[in-house]
Amino acid sequence: MMQNTFNDKSTAERIIRKIKSVSGSEKIKLMHVCGTHEQTITKNGLRALLPENIEVVPGPGCPVCITPAREIDSSIYLSRSGAIITTYGDMLRVPGSTSSLAKEKAQGGDIRIVYSPIEAVEIAKRNPGKNIVFLGIGFETTAPMTAQVIKNAPPDNFSVLCFHRLVPPAMELLLKGGYDIDGFIDPGHVSTIIGTAPYVPLSEKYHIPQVISGFEPLDVLMSIFMLLGQIKNNTAIVENEYVRAVKSEGNLHAQKLMGEVFEPCSKEWRGLPVIPDASLKIKPEFSEYDAEKRFDIELAEGEACGADCPMCGNILKGLSNPADCELFGKACTPENPVGACMVSSEGTCNIAYRYGINQI
Amino acid sequence: MCLAVPARVTTINGEEAVLDYGGVTRKANISMLSDVNVGDYVLVHVGYAISKMDEEEALETLKLWDEMLAAAQ
Ligand code: SF4
Repeated sequence: MMQNTFNDKSTAERIIRKIKSVSGSEKIKLMHVCGTHEQTITKNGLRALLPENIEVVPGPGCPVCITPAREIDSSIYLSRSGAIITTYGDMLRVPGSTSSLAKEKAQGGDIRIVYSPIEAVEIAKRNPGKNIVFLGIGFETTAPMTAQVIKNAPPDNFSVLCFHRLVPPAMELLLKGGYDIDGFIDPGHVSTIIGTAPYVPLSEKYHIPQVISGFEPLDVLMSIFMLLGQIKNNTAIVENEYVRAVKSEGNLHAQKLMGEVFEPCSKEWRGLPVIPDASLKIKPEFSEYDAEKRFDIELAEGEACGADCPMCGNILKGLSNPADCELFGKACTPENPVGACMVSSEGTCNIAYRYGINQI
Repeated sequence: MCLAVPARVTTINGEEAVLDYGGVTRKANISMLSDVNVGDYVLVHVGYAISKMDEEEALETLKLWDEMLAAAQ
């Protein structure tokens, strides 16, 4: 039902007419920070419908793409030490510095894809003699679930490699970096958890218009229209287009869980520098479930992250698109990704490969 | 992995609900939400319902859009 309502062609045409009437002629760069928005935009060819001066660029919105090689390496280290690694499927092909979980699996590593952290806990219950490590990947949309299983007293042989990251501090890094972003399409699913408040300081401090957007083509078009309205009126506030799913306070229960189990820390993102307070680590109270505390993980010194893909960093900052990369579609394909942006179905290069580079 | 899919709640058993994704059924944990009832639409992410889809708000949005689109010059 709700799906179809937000898919109507005549409304789309109406919004596009209005976008054209408020877009002016100056160059405007809007950024979204969610792989699912990139899917909607590319799959429906929305960029081609917009006036030429409006550019919509993807930012660091794919949690798989921004996981540094070093973190993949630590999961490979634990796999080689005999642990069962449980992870969301997208992580398998992400290149570490010398291997990937997919390669480890092909060589006999016990690496299992799970759909939910609950499944990882079940695997731990069924294998009491083994260490089960769950890779806690993703933004605010997946962190509460990892927090919940940690809080629910999982079996002793269960632990988490915590790679969770937070979206608003990464947005701030891009605003500070001066990448000429004129407005943000804020991520709808992350916002169902965090609500509107965490974005407000960004608008106030950097005078940046923001609209929290849903994922149907009409949602994205409407959000672009709302952003252009703010730009035209020189306002910079956080508007919520996705009110049917996002409450302004967010999901309080999920926020509480995250606050109980995790605390912010500063780590590097693949292709980006260390971002202050943009990562989560497990609080000392729960350190028995923290794989990093529990195991002595040895990694080779000095390994740089993202060095395998020189262009990925620029793509994650919205400075380049896949067409600018010599490897795109040649050495780098979804079957054989060189850089992380090609791995996940939410990665910008992967989406461009599947739906056509002209759409980007 | 960030795909969150809307589904309709068909039965509830404690923290667990059976959801209908337009013909395909699957279980999800509903402990992140406080007031889920049979018939509600929820957004599901990695096995958990993370938010309730509000049908009234959806209709309200469409009405609001109508006004905004009519008003903008
Ligand atoms: S095509 Fe591959 S190597 Fe080039 S930017 Fe994309 S992911 Fe990186």
